[in-house]
Amino acid sequence: MWQWIHKWASPKHFYRVSTRGAPWLWGLALILLPVGALWGLAFAPADYQQHDSFRIIYVHVPSAMLAESCFALMAVCAVVFLVWKIKLADIVAKVAAPFGASMTFAALFSGAVWGIPTWGTWWVWDARLTSMLILLFLYFGIIALRYAFAREHSGGRAAAVLSLVGVVNLPIIKYSVEWWNTLHQTASFSLTKAPSMPESMWVPLLLMMLGAYALFGAVVLSRTRNEILRREHRARWVRALITDTCDKEH
Amino acid sequence: MSSEGGHSWARAFRYTFVRDLRLRIRHGSEWGSPLIFFALIVTLFPLATTPDRTVLVTFAPGILWVAALLAVLLSLDALFREDHDDGTLEQMLLSPVPAWLLVLAKMCAHWVMAGLPLALMSPVLGLMLALPSSVFWVTALSLALGSATLILIGAIGAALTVGVRRGGLLLALMILPLYIPVLIFGAGVVRLALDGVDVTPYLAILGAMFAAALALSPWASAAALRLAHSG
Repeated sequence: MWQWIHKWASPKHFYRVSTRGAPWLWGLALILLPVGALWGLAFAPADYQQHDSFRIIYVHVPSAMLAESCFALMAVCAVVFLVWKIKLADIVAKVAAPFGASMTFAALFSGAVWGIPTWGTWWVWDARLTSMLILLFLYFGIIALRYAFAREHSGGRAAAVLSLVGVVNLPIIKYSVEWWNTLHQTASFSLTKAPSMPESMWVPLLLMMLGAYALFGAVVLSRTRNEILRREHRARWVRALITDTCDKEH
Repeated sequence: MSSEGGHSWARAFRYTFVRDLRLRIRHGSEWGSPLIFFALIVTLFPLATTPDRTVLVTFAPGILWVAALLAVLLSLDALFREDHDDGTLEQMLLSPVPAWLLVLAKMCAHWVMAGLPLALMSPVLGLMLALPSSVFWVTALSLALGSATLILIGAIGAALTVGVRRGGLLLALMILPLYIPVLIFGAGVVRLALDGVDVTPYLAILGAMFAAALALSPWASAAALRLAHSG
């Protein structure tokens, strides 16, 4: 068990194995996202109340889910990095942060655009919206803290502590629509209940969500691979890799 | 053995607490500045918006709380900085007494010098913001409890940035998002009191936040200080 974990934690092994995995994830994302988007935006029936404006859900929900999942991933990586000092976890946390921040922004922005036709305003100080805004600021704080240190290792550990502290915000976001009486609706999707919308509407949403997770995996994996190469550029196996690639090209 | 250990823990706590208090009292500017800052920020609002008392009183809870929050934020730099620079902090981390206990003692001393005075000063500033005297004690209570939570949360950030040069802005960037829940319920207490509604639910939530921060923060701050020192 421990040997298996240590093998996976070694950047070299991870780089080798992920060489085959990354194209698959990219492929999956590139199939699911366009199919889901086209289906949702062009073929799904319009909502009886919100008409075509409800189609923003196909962007809004996946980006909001990713924004939270990404933070959860960073928190898990933070524990792994702080407790077992596995550097790979720090690399994953580092590359996930900007992606999570951009997804949070996407969720807030698409929500603001959606707010105009449905609520008649860009922004309300509602619990869900405010807690998402806090999440965005937390992402910024974590990214800024990481780059404030001269040594990469210190920055990584400080960022890990802050992401663990910030994780208290996740349940607040999740339950904000249930604890407070707010303008934002409650979840329309859950693992335990049947969805509250017709099949022709939720199937494309499910495709978009799966596609978004595939994209998340693909981006994080590819950026992790790049970061491994950057950090280990003095290691022998990276040099061998580079000379190999150069040989093949000439 | 264990009772002897407990005894030395209590002594270490008391020594650290008294030492920090003594150092703070001797550096007058260090505990005076946040108070003056608090008063200054509160002064800015009526001048920038309106001196109309009926309007001002609706903003008063928010103004008092935001100003107190910023004053606490600015005071946080003093929590670990000097002890870090002269090496005292390193000795504390190396000592056989657990680091969280000493960190907690430092936080308590900080609250006495930078949190409690804000609460005690709030009636005077409330008077300037046309706050009725009936809500003075609730305001002071919410600030006393809230500032303790703010110091506990902020200590984690101060510990993380202790090794960073010019970490002030970075500290604000990290800590302000975490301050938002405390601000909402802290200012909420005063607003409820203004409306003449029962304030205990909001005070209870504020107390719950304090309890959670008290349980987690000394430990997290000590861990962050260790990280800052081990390189």
